[in-house]
Amino acid sequence: MVILWTDALIFLLILVVCALGFYWHDKEHIKRPLQKIAASKVGVASLVVLLFFVFIGLLDSVHFKPGQGKNNELISCLDYLAKPLIEQGEKTYSAPFAARLYSKEVIVLDDGTTKWGYPRLVFGGSHLKNPDIELLPDILKKAFYGLAQGVALSGLFMLSYLGIRYQRQNKLARFGEAPASTKTALLVTFIIVSLGYTLIYLSSYYHVFGTDKVGEDVFYQTIKSIRTGLVLGTLTTLIMLPLAIVFGILAGFFQGWLDDIIQYLYTTLNSIPSVLLIAASILMVQVYITNHEQDFTSVIMRADMRLLFLCLILGVTNWTGLCRLLRAETLKLREMEYVQAAHALGVKKSIILVRHILPNLMHIILISVVLDFSSLVLAEAVLSYINIGVDPTTYSWGNMINGARLEMAREPIVWWSLSAAFIFMFGLVLAANLFADTVQNAFDPRHNS
Amino acid sequence: MIQYIIRRFFYAFPLLLGVNILTFVLFFIVNSPDDMARMQLGQKHVTEQSIANWKQQHGYDRPLLWNPKASGEEKVTQTIFYQKSVGLFLFRFGVSDSGRNIGADIQERMWPSLALALPTLIVGLLVDVTFALMMVLFRGGTLEQAGIVLCVALMSISSLFYIIGGQFIVAKVLKLVPISGYDDGLIAIKFLILPVLIGVFSGVGSGVRWYRTLFLEEVEKDYVRTARAKGLSETQTLFRHVLRNALIPILTGVVVILPLLFMGSLIMESFFSIPGLGSYTIDAINSQDFAIVRTMVFLGSVLYVVGLLLTDISYTLVDPRVRLS
Repeated sequence: MVILWTDALIFLLILVVCALGFYWHDKEHIKRPLQKIAASKVGVASLVVLLFFVFIGLLDSVHFKPGQGKNNELISCLDYLAKPLIEQGEKTYSAPFAARLYSKEVIVLDDGTTKWGYPRLVFGGSHLKNPDIELLPDILKKAFYGLAQGVALSGLFMLSYLGIRYQRQNKLARFGEAPASTKTALLVTFIIVSLGYTLIYLSSYYHVFGTDKVGEDVFYQTIKSIRTGLVLGTLTTLIMLPLAIVFGILAGFFQGWLDDIIQYLYTTLNSIPSVLLIAASILMVQVYITNHEQDFTSVIMRADMRLLFLCLILGVTNWTGLCRLLRAETLKLREMEYVQAAHALGVKKSIILVRHILPNLMHIILISVVLDFSSLVLAEAVLSYINIGVDPTTYSWGNMINGARLEMAREPIVWWSLSAAFIFMFGLVLAANLFADTVQNAFDPRHNS
Repeated sequence: MIQYIIRRFFYAFPLLLGVNILTFVLFFIVNSPDDMARMQLGQKHVTEQSIANWKQQHGYDRPLLWNPKASGEEKVTQTIFYQKSVGLFLFRFGVSDSGRNIGADIQERMWPSLALALPTLIVGLLVDVTFALMMVLFRGGTLEQAGIVLCVALMSISSLFYIIGGQFIVAKVLKLVPISGYDDGLIAIKFLILPVLIGVFSGVGSGVRWYRTLFLEEVEKDYVRTARAKGLSETQTLFRHVLRNALIPILTGVVVILPLLFMGSLIMESFFSIPGLGSYTIDAINSQDFAIVRTMVFLGSVLYVVGLLLTDISYTLVDPRVRLS
């Protein structure tokens, strides 16, 4: 197993989340908003969708070297599972569920003569004898099989869930008695597992989202892009949070010259248009990477480094907003009676900070983390379009859109790359936005009417 | 008032100095001019001589901060920091790495940027406020719920898809307007309609949501209740009382970004090949023209500072309770 930098940080992030969860599990003031989230149908449904994305992202974050070969190639668990998709490439464009290429070519027939036409695909629909007649019935049949298996699989999952409930309550738990949000969660899980399984099943016979210019499966590309989006959305906040929290609290609590310096720092950073700051920083990183090529042995490591740098830069440009919020809130909190009382009782300043100020800032931090996530995922696409985003070799939705943009001008148009990126990106961002709304409603005291 | 403006002007100075130092560190300390020369000239077969030539051509052949060889005050002035940074402060932007005069380029490219950004802002504001008011008017009903869901859905679509989709449907399939391009004079309208429409549309989701929360905060207040108690209808209270009071945060929010409109929109301009400052910046980024990127960073922060100043002034103009001191 090889651990890349972003992998390590992701695992660190999970550790932090687990630790926080453990620390909070018996805290009453956190429990109530959590229960509120659990009771909200939209919140639970979006959380389930997000968890599926996270699951795929995690699968893609465990890297290892295949075999004992000397080559520097690295693959992830996801690559291992999706091996047929990687290996079964085509020559060039092919439409979703197609059995033939998208462009005409000279075909050499069995008897040696040549013909001008659409050649058969190497992989998509290669089990068919006569695709012109059999294609549609076969797709429908395979889709039905896949769906049936998926439904069976998720049905098994549901049954085991009910079984656990039965064990716990020592009586037959009827589905009707479960709270509404649990039902929603189960329903969403059921739909995702069934549909996902159908897609996976179909993708072992066809290219479900077609292939791109060099014949790579688009479905594989979108799935790989999930990790990039998640890494950007989460690691950036991991980098941003310490800066924002430390500076915000220090400025608000100690005031004086410290406050002046920190305010000056974030106003300066804020006054530079963020895209330009990112562009300037990425340009510099590029110069650094080209001049230190020997440090980055494999393509995937270089791409990973660039992704990490992007997170770093986005984190450095993004902390100012949260810092300002935290500073204002700390200013308010330090005048509170319980903080004054702690002062009067001679409690050390550092302990006041950790025990009285920080816990009362948690809701602001939490809300801003979930709110930032979706905007970061969206920002990645735009940045990649201006060539200051992730490495061009990294799979990301931004790169997919960028590559597919010019294909819209083709006749006939190649629409599937864009559609696939659109569907998955929209799914992730929508779920994140809906979840952010729920979290905000649950944690923001102003919403508690 | 004038005193205040003058003082703010002096406050802006350390801020811009900070920006300048930051960009200096980014561009010259993190990577030496040698690195940049090597990047520009290509990695292989670069002789020391060609690097020195490139540096001399672009004025990077001086020491970074302190020139021990020069005499008197030239010890400070004959350095990269002084030459490149003080030039920015005096709005002498110098020559780009490809040899063009940056100042003249900016003056020329500012106007197409403005021609795109200003209508987008105004139309967007009108549309957003109208829809937000409608949602507040019908609050509590299914119409509002549908509106909220629609807003979240619209927000979740990347702006790139709006542009690509809009270009495809309006320009390619329906052939109503040209796909991209720009022309001087009134003919420009033909080219600007689509980008403005797309710009407005892609901002509707977040805009409406934002203005809706502004209005909702205002609707809860006492004076609105009094207005209702006086027997005014819901529309009357909304337009006469809520809208007018909510205009203060709306206006100040707009004033902040007003100067930045000159900078143009990066993606819009490059998608629609409008020769504004946004596409200028993108071209500079793609050709790795450090001089232009540095100039734009500085210009952007100057405009931001101006925007903050304008916001403060506009506060006093629209809200008599605020006094500058």
